[in-house]
Amino acid sequence: MNNPHHLNPTSLKSRFTTRFLRALTKIRAQKPISSSSPTEIFRRYRRIKVAADKSMAYSVRSRRIWSRAMLWKLRSRSYRRQDPCSGRRSGKTSQAIMKKSSNENTTTRREDGVGFVEEADELRQLVPGGETMNLCNLLDETAHYIKCLTTQVQVMKKIADFYSF
Amino acid sequence: MSGRRSRSKQSSVSSITDDQITDLVSKLQHLIPELRRRRFDKVSTSKVLQETCNYIRSLHREVEDLSDRLSQLLASTDSDSDQAAIIRSLLMQ
Repeated sequence: MNNPHHLNPTSLKSRFTTRFLRALTKIRAQKPISSSSPTEIFRRYRRIKVAADKSMAYSVRSRRIWSRAMLWKLRSRSYRRQDPCSGRRSGKTSQAIMKKSSNENTTTRREDGVGFVEEADELRQLVPGGETMNLCNLLDETAHYIKCLTTQVQVMKKIADFYSF
Repeated sequence: MSGRRSRSKQSSVSSITDDQITDLVSKLQHLIPELRRRRFDKVSTSKVLQETCNYIRSLHREVEDLSDRLSQLLASTDSDSDQAAIIRSLLMQ
């Protein structure tokens, strides 16, 4: 599965690459007159960062708690920008996500075990949707999230290197 | 170990077993470069989680740095629709 020489077209890496490149092309097409001003560069930085997260979340879709949480966050950001009165709709979606993840195992943090509750809580802040996860889910989701982050970094590095020459 | 593992197929309302936690924690340990070399040492769960947090934060920073780098690079290159195809083929190698 991790064969570096033959890219599986349905692999996460390939799906992310395609989406992200498409997004980059769109961003580059939005070239304003002063494309090198600091404000423009910062705006482009934000767009690229969001595109990177979006591409990753959409490549994983709703198969993971963290990707569902990230997709919900991204969608509610764009809803809020288009229509400030859509708060109720995004609230309902977030409840659906919370329900879906907490039904899987209703144990509370009391069963985390001794000695690493603080570290687990810290981790919950870093993994999207982590606040709703019990320890089991948190560990499982974190492993997948890390795999996706490393893929994201790997692809972005290759693209940046390509444009550097 | 495998005998106890078969008991860990729990119903949805029961507690998480220590074995499940240990398995998941060791799976995490293998993903973190800092801890991969210490595979045969006893690394505490607390340490694994701590290093996991550090690793995720460093990955986030890398994404931010790369986004920054790309935003500067995109400013200076010309729009060329073939480049996407070139990159794709590069990544497919």
